[in-house]
Amino acid sequence: MAGVRVGRGPVRAEPKLAARGIGVEKGGVRILDGVDLEVAPGEFVALIGPSGAGKSTLLGLLAGLEAPSEGVVEKDGVPLSSPGLVSYMPQSDLLLPWRSVVANVALGLEATGVSKREARERASESLERFGLDGFGGAPPWTLSGGMRSRVALLRTALLDRDVLLLDEPFGALDALTRRDLQGWILGVRDELAATIVLVTHDVDEAILLADRVVVLSERPARVALDLEVDLERPRTMEQETTEGFAALKARLLGALGVLR
Amino acid sequence: MKHRKTGARKKAGGGRLRRALPAVLLGLLVLAGWEGAVRLFGIPSFLLPGPVEIAGAFWEARALLLEHSIPTAFEAIVGFLCAAVTGVVSGFLINRSALMERALYPWLVASQAVPIIALAPVLVTWFGYGPVPKVIVVTLFCFFPITVATADGLRSIDPELIRLMRSFGATGWRVFSMVEVPGALPFLFGGFRLAVTYCVIGAVTGEWVGSSEGLGFLINADKSQFEIARLFAEIGILSFMGVGLFLLVAGLQRLVAPWTLRRNG
Repeated sequence: MAGVRVGRGPVRAEPKLAARGIGVEKGGVRILDGVDLEVAPGEFVALIGPSGAGKSTLLGLLAGLEAPSEGVVEKDGVPLSSPGLVSYMPQSDLLLPWRSVVANVALGLEATGVSKREARERASESLERFGLDGFGGAPPWTLSGGMRSRVALLRTALLDRDVLLLDEPFGALDALTRRDLQGWILGVRDELAATIVLVTHDVDEAILLADRVVVLSERPARVALDLEVDLERPRTMEQETTEGFAALKARLLGALGVLR
Repeated sequence: MKHRKTGARKKAGGGRLRRALPAVLLGLLVLAGWEGAVRLFGIPSFLLPGPVEIAGAFWEARALLLEHSIPTAFEAIVGFLCAAVTGVVSGFLINRSALMERALYPWLVASQAVPIIALAPVLVTWFGYGPVPKVIVVTLFCFFPITVATADGLRSIDPELIRLMRSFGATGWRVFSMVEVPGALPFLFGGFRLAVTYCVIGAVTGEWVGSSEGLGFLINADKSQFEIARLFAEIGILSFMGVGLFLLVAGLQRLVAPWTLRRNG
């Protein structure tokens, strides 16, 4: 089932998510060129790279939203042929103006066929956990950016899938709100025991959250660096001032071509 | 939430009244000037009757006017509904398939270039003096803006939103009903509001060409009998009918899609 594994070293546990030899061409432009990525169950992988390198494209493939031109994406060893098996959170919150907060949270569940009533019930029960209690009936345009992101995150988290793909979910938020939501992400991860792939352009965020940081090269992208983050958990902001953190950051920035 | 809603509505209602005030005052001023001019210069009423005389003619002929308003309103409304259905369907087809767009769009545009007044007599010879040719004329007048609005509305949906729905595992039908339809409503209602202003004109145009009832028929008859005051009353009724239908559509929008009325949606 897992295909050709010759020469991959010792057989490890089945990866939760694997991209093998991924190549993508769009309109004659080669975006990804032989990308290999394995994510172990429960692992938190951050994906960084120059803008336009194809990070979002790769995430779309992992979500099953598009098919690669070459190579295969597997979840639990089975080729992924359709979306709907993993959770995916895009860059913008995409809240629907015609739905209240609770109805927006319920959107994912309703989309999968859960009855409207049950979806709304489960959504309203979960609001408190995300600091949204009392806002269930509010229209989305009355919320702050941070709250909108929390609604979007909750909408995704409620699907209760074991893989969570996040595409620069906090790019547009201010630093403090971001910290807050990074905390929420770690909480969701513990609660769902989920495997997470996070696309980000923020090196500090990548180191602070992830077990492993994968750096993509310029287009056409390949994996330029695959770096284990050996900082202890739970992670705290104080770690950002340690030597270990600085060393990791220097290696990542080097791979990104920022430091030469 | 609830009390806030009613509070907002009350405020909006008061605001609307205050906003309507200048228009009402201007209207009254024009009517007064009209009446004054007619009296001052002694304009004969077969040329231009004053508002008071028109109101009198209206009151005197009220039963007749009501009797003939009903078929006109019926044709306008049924024609508009037919246009809504054909417009939404053709807009949907244009949005869904590039082939359909290339096949349909030029013909739809061409249909708008046809002088419908010239087409109406043909329709009468085909379908007789009954309401059918009028309904067709109204539909021809109204469906195009609805087609364009539907196609534009569906095209305006953020593709990221559709991707998100697919990532949830939503079927095509759920993507359509949960995201595309509500997302297209702001455009769609724009099209409806534009189209509904044409539908009364369409009905009168149809009646003008050949009919035995309706305000268009009555206008024709009164014109040749020099019942000018009553003719003006009929014109007044027609504009009220148009405004009323417009307000009906606007009210429907407020009811089913209140979020589309927000300034920065």
